[in-house]
Amino acid sequence: MSVAAERGARGGQRRAGLSLRPPATLTLLCLLAALAGTALIALTVGAAGIPLARLPAALGLWSDGAAGPLLARDQLVVWSIRVPRIAAAAMVGGLLAMSGAIMQGLFRNPLADPALVGVSSGGAFAAAAAIVLTDSHLGASLQFIQHQLLPIAACAGSLITTIVLYGIASRGGRTSIAIFLLAGLALAAIANAGIGLLVFVADDRQLRDITFWLLGSLSGATWTKLTTLAPVLAIALIACLWIARGLDVLVLGEAEAFHSGVDVERLKRISIVLVSAMTGVAVSVCGVISFVGIVVPHLLRLVIGPAHRLLLPASAISGAILLVGADTVARTIVAPAEMPIGILTAAIGAPFFLAMLLRQRGLVSL
Amino acid sequence: MSALLAAQSVTMTVGGATLVDDISLRIGAGEMVAIVGPNGAGKSTLLRMLSGDLRPSRGTIRLKQRDLHSYGPRELAQHRAMLSQHVNVSFPFTVEEIVAMGAGERSRAAARDLVATALDEVGLADFRARQLPTLSGGEQQRAHFARVLVQLACGEARHGPGLLLLDEPTSSLDLRHQIDLVETARRRAAQGTAVIAILHDLNLAMRFADRILLLHRGRLAIDGDRAAAMRPETIRQIFEIDAAIAHTEQGVPFLLPQTMRPV
Repeated sequence: MSVAAERGARGGQRRAGLSLRPPATLTLLCLLAALAGTALIALTVGAAGIPLARLPAALGLWSDGAAGPLLARDQLVVWSIRVPRIAAAAMVGGLLAMSGAIMQGLFRNPLADPALVGVSSGGAFAAAAAIVLTDSHLGASLQFIQHQLLPIAACAGSLITTIVLYGIASRGGRTSIAIFLLAGLALAAIANAGIGLLVFVADDRQLRDITFWLLGSLSGATWTKLTTLAPVLAIALIACLWIARGLDVLVLGEAEAFHSGVDVERLKRISIVLVSAMTGVAVSVCGVISFVGIVVPHLLRLVIGPAHRLLLPASAISGAILLVGADTVARTIVAPAEMPIGILTAAIGAPFFLAMLLRQRGLVSL
Repeated sequence: MSALLAAQSVTMTVGGATLVDDISLRIGAGEMVAIVGPNGAGKSTLLRMLSGDLRPSRGTIRLKQRDLHSYGPRELAQHRAMLSQHVNVSFPFTVEEIVAMGAGERSRAAARDLVATALDEVGLADFRARQLPTLSGGEQQRAHFARVLVQLACGEARHGPGLLLLDEPTSSLDLRHQIDLVETARRRAAQGTAVIAILHDLNLAMRFADRILLLHRGRLAIDGDRAAAMRPETIRQIFEIDAAIAHTEQGVPFLLPQTMRPV
């Protein structure tokens, strides 16, 4: 067989590996439109239903003069409950999905997820410790500090966990997937043991606050909490453009990335701080929500490819869509009660993770 | 002529073991150098030190009259490119995306011509849109070679002849592509690039290089032309095999391994 004919035959066999990538701007616009659609649906459904026809008036966009008790109720529901909650779900979803994507790039491992490897638990443990310690050691006059302290404590807890994890799993520029997952499992166990201990020593009031972290819920979303989430998300979105190329090249390995001109140590430091801050602040607002960081980037890579310049912002928007949708389901499926969203994302994400493992079993030796 | 790369008494010690022992060498622009030697002779360690990846325990390395470690990573990448032995990519990047990584911060449009040229050179033009992890080992190695060629071309366009380091670049390649790669590297040397390659195949090294560095137990046993390295007694002493040496019509020596030397 001639070389050309042989190549042709191989081309036929390998067509499956061929990639056609959609244009970046179009992708982001489509995702933003989908996010807007999801948010619109989320605004209308809930314990107090607001039909689409009443929504503009409730949002205060325009009023047809029919001011009344119904409009006042709608406005109250929309502005003090639903909008902050949807915004929080979108921001937390964006933070979790993007931190998952960055972590996967950093560890060159599509199975990395901050919640799966204990980074979220580390943050939750620190936040729970902050609740118990500040509550019993700060006087009533200093109670207001607690609000500011929680995100900081959660970020610090996540940062320490990520650094320890990196130190254990990475040696000489190589990361072992097996050690990474197992070390993450052990770190999560330690953090969860710590949370258990805190639950044991906590009084009733503290206990109620801690339980909120363990389940993961967006029901506590307020405008104040949005002011914690928004700056971190904004910084992360700007930073992700800056580290995108480095994360792409890092896929070749640390030595290769260095040979290609990437300051690997700086990239690692920035990525670790970003992942920790994003996970920590998300945890401080709504507890541990797992699998968003693994499902979203993985599905996106199949469609738009793995280049981080598009993957990171697309992950942020898709994560927002997923969590706004999941939260809407969580607060309506067992109405008037609410299902903790952490349970819902785990119920979707865990089987997905198993499917990914099975697909990789033949390709990656753990 | 001043050397493009100069190593002075370079030594690498790890946990009491000396991997590279007091090696000095100077390599000029346009030179083709092959590093050969048995397993564990310190070839890869030496190359990683010359690339700036490892810092020697003792000794200094200068690239273009400047201390190698005074370059920042981005600056250094414009003066030297390196192809490592095993590169494992776990995400579905296409061949074109991987090769374009060699172009650094340049925009995709600016890099397109360089990428296309490099893909042509390694015979992967038809594989442009394929996902790298779906390619065979040899095809992946050629894609990474193309990436390194793009990096070299970008650097040389700005700063003149650079340094190309290759760590066993032919280990997964069939015969035809081994020769192709060697020819491509030779063309770069003809344009002024200093090329240093670790090669296990001594016959390929003979064909490839103007100059052979023969390493043995961390020391530079021979630094000379083909004739100096390809003597039966040298081969016996260093590789512990008996070998017959013949010559092609062009006078290139080639080696035929005979028997294991009785211990």
